[in-house]
Amino acid sequence: MNIFRLFVKPKSASTARERLQVLLAHERASVGGNDLVTILRDEILAVISKHVHVDDNKVYVKLERGVHVSTLEVDVQIPFDTRRRAA
Amino acid sequence: MGKAIVVTSGKGGVGKTTSTAAIGAALAQRGEKVVVVDFDVGLRNLDLVMGAERRVVYDLINVIQGEAKLAQALIRDKRLETLYLLPASQTRDKDKLTQEGVEEVITALKKNFDWVICDSPAGIERGPTMAMRHADVAIVVTNPEVSSVRDSDRIIGLLDAKTVKAEQGERVEKHLLLTRYDPARAEAGDMLQVDDVLEILSIPLLGIIPESTDVLRASNLGTPVTLADKHSETAQAYFAAAKRLSGENVPIVVPTDRRSFFGKFFGRKAA
Repeated sequence: MNIFRLFVKPKSASTARERLQVLLAHERASVGGNDLVTILRDEILAVISKHVHVDDNKVYVKLERGVHVSTLEVDVQIPFDTRRRAA
Repeated sequence: MGKAIVVTSGKGGVGKTTSTAAIGAALAQRGEKVVVVDFDVGLRNLDLVMGAERRVVYDLINVIQGEAKLAQALIRDKRLETLYLLPASQTRDKDKLTQEGVEEVITALKKNFDWVICDSPAGIERGPTMAMRHADVAIVVTNPEVSSVRDSDRIIGLLDAKTVKAEQGERVEKHLLLTRYDPARAEAGDMLQVDDVLEILSIPLLGIIPESTDVLRASNLGTPVTLADKHSETAQAYFAAAKRLSGENVPIVVPTDRRSFFGKFFGRKAA
């Protein structure tokens, strides 16, 4: 490490350590398909497709795994059938 | 009855084969009877690192298939009397590594050797699971780098689930061998430190092998690092790891940046 670069570049090792800690906590918990977030994702999509035909290309799932909280965003475009009328 | 050791990592290129050869030769220099076994069917390289590539006649698959006797397939090292190599097959299908066949070979080797060191291929498929299956002890080779640490964590999980010991409710003894450690980069904060890796993987440390040109030099020569230059820093680190493996209490010394104060400022190595 050159002294001139010392002031410019932030240390990367601590970032590596934190990323690994979060990732491995989740990976260890999800061995054997026990990952809650993945199960929720699949079940939510199954419920929706029971009622409407869901085009696979129109489903957006966003997942963010955090230290204490993970977020799961499911964005499904549900087609609106204009030909149907109220009975 | 000897001990079966698997040298494993998940990730490729972290130093499994180098470490297998180095620790095997280190133990043999202590007068113990050692066999190093290559499990990388199709991509064998332990023969090359051991300098025995031109003497391979039969291999592990030949023995499992009953085409050769175990004694015929074993290659004795030219430098160390108590060191042997059982090469992998370069041409055969890895599906020929049957569970029963591997068990038979490992059991026979354990009867005749003090140490049976199995060099695992990378990955988590058949080759690696067969290599670890009958292990009493596992050496998890890890580089201080995110992808290597992640893969090692996965392998540790497999060692606790997919081995004979695990299935019998026992535990495979696991050791971490941290390789390609660069003290200067770790001290500068741009490489995971020893304690970081230990905290994340939480298995005991067997040794720290510094990043070194000795390794490439030794493999060029077809000589295990612990035979090529016994006084090099790398060889000394492997000798210490071999001693710890034998149960000796050797304190671990974290390698430090050996550049001079002046050298550190201007990014040059002192010696």
